[in-house]
Amino acid sequence: MKLITALIRPERLPAVKEALFDAGVRGITISKVSGHGGQAGQTETYRGSQFVVEFREKVKLEIAVTEPFLEPAIDAITQAARTGNVGDGKIFVQPLERVVRIRTGESDDSALTPVQS
Amino acid sequence: MFRRHALTLAVLTASSFGLAQEPVAEVAYALDTMMFLIAALLVAFMQPGFALLEAGLHSSRNVVNIFMKNIADFAVAGLAYWAIGYTIMYAGAGLFLSTLEIDGYAPSADFFFQMVFAATAATIVSGAIGGRMKFAAYLIFSVIMTGLIYPFLGAWQWGGGWLSQLGFADFAGSSVVHAVGGFAALGAVLAIGPRMGRYSGGKARAMPGHNLAYAGLGVFLLWIGWFGFNGGSQLAFSTAADAAAVADIFLNTNLAAAAGGISALLVSWALFKKPDISMTINGVLGGLVSITAGPDVVVGLSAVLAGAIGGAIVVFSVLMFDRLRVDDPVGAISVHGVAGIWGTAAVGIFGGANLGIQLLGTLSYSAAALVAGFVIFTILKYTVGLRVSAEEEAMGLDVAEHGIPAYTNDDGIGAPVFVGSGD
Repeated sequence: MKLITALIRPERLPAVKEALFDAGVRGITISKVSGHGGQAGQTETYRGSQFVVEFREKVKLEIAVTEPFLEPAIDAITQAARTGNVGDGKIFVQPLERVVRIRTGESDDSALTPVQS
Repeated sequence: MFRRHALTLAVLTASSFGLAQEPVAEVAYALDTMMFLIAALLVAFMQPGFALLEAGLHSSRNVVNIFMKNIADFAVAGLAYWAIGYTIMYAGAGLFLSTLEIDGYAPSADFFFQMVFAATAATIVSGAIGGRMKFAAYLIFSVIMTGLIYPFLGAWQWGGGWLSQLGFADFAGSSVVHAVGGFAALGAVLAIGPRMGRYSGGKARAMPGHNLAYAGLGVFLLWIGWFGFNGGSQLAFSTAADAAAVADIFLNTNLAAAAGGISALLVSWALFKKPDISMTINGVLGGLVSITAGPDVVVGLSAVLAGAIGGAIVVFSVLMFDRLRVDDPVGAISVHGVAGIWGTAAVGIFGGANLGIQLLGTLSYSAAALVAGFVIFTILKYTVGLRVSAEEEAMGLDVAEHGIPAYTNDDGIGAPVFVGSGD
């Protein structure tokens, strides 16, 4: 079991969601975040004064998957989120110790299997 | 009824006793002038209505841009229609209104009332092409629309041109204002193309508005403002007959708006299993556009019918343009263009005008506006450029074109953090 954390451009989210659904990946948590990577800050102007918004808006996806879904999920995110410019984001993969489905008490792989696929 | 009768008597008594005619004429002058000013203010209130409606139906990344376009439209109309537009439409006023003369009420009041109509025609286009057009190109279009296209086309009817000589009836502008705005918008959309991602992957994707409360507030402002649009078009208020006519126009206008809203609500409920807010809003507006050509002669049950049919037409028209891949995020082409044709025809069906001439008139307006919109947008495309880059469109026009988003979070967590100066 792995936990995938992906940081992507907000405008790529619809494409990424669709690619993940197409790959059969279910169970995604999405949050709006702001962060700072290699991309330069965004310059904005208000009443003539310029300022840099140093932290860019991004979307964070958190997806817990069983091993067979790991590579398809990573491929889907990479392909759908890529524009080729700095600021496309990153994917972090971590091992997961334990997963419990609250409704049934099932744990680990059976808690991650999509209910209907 | 009784009250109206009493007022007529009072006026008759005053003149038959030989009381000075002068004060009566002055009161009439003041009353008529006041009516123009109040009606114009109501129509001016349609501008925030349009701004909110359009902003609500677009994404949260295009709100500054929508408001800038609407504010600029109103400012541009105030200048361009004053400098040149009015004299093109109503010959003899001269550039900058230098030779404007009108008997019976204040000339400036007449100009002001006509100017807010020009602003309305221009602002109809702004929502349809929202989310993808360069601001500079829009400003140029706005000048041409309020200074040249609308006045030139308006002269056919309200300036005593060929359509008015044929007996064409368009009381407050179902064709002159709304079909012109709506079909100019269609020409514009055909030239600029759909928003990115709207029809990707072989299917139409819904891009829901970001604030439907704004859209709802917008339609209320438009509904209220429309009483000035139609009521003021009586162009007089100082006789009992005129005052009664304006009151009847208010009533017929409201009947059509209400019927248009209810009809779109029911049709959308039947089609989508839910009463849809965006369709209901457009139904109210479709009902209003449908009565605008004849609020004086399409009365009572006929006004209800005209409005109800207009509201239903708008729902099907929005779905049809969607299927044709004409991306009109706010439904302006259907509400103003298609319902404008229907409203003009309705005067022939319910109001005793010649149906053939009504159709000739409204189709002439629609075709001319469509061509004008398409040609101007195509010229802009190959000169100053029409569309922002794909990157800017994805970012949203607020930051790309105006350097600032409409909404910033102050929670300090998810919000961007401002550090230092830009250079």
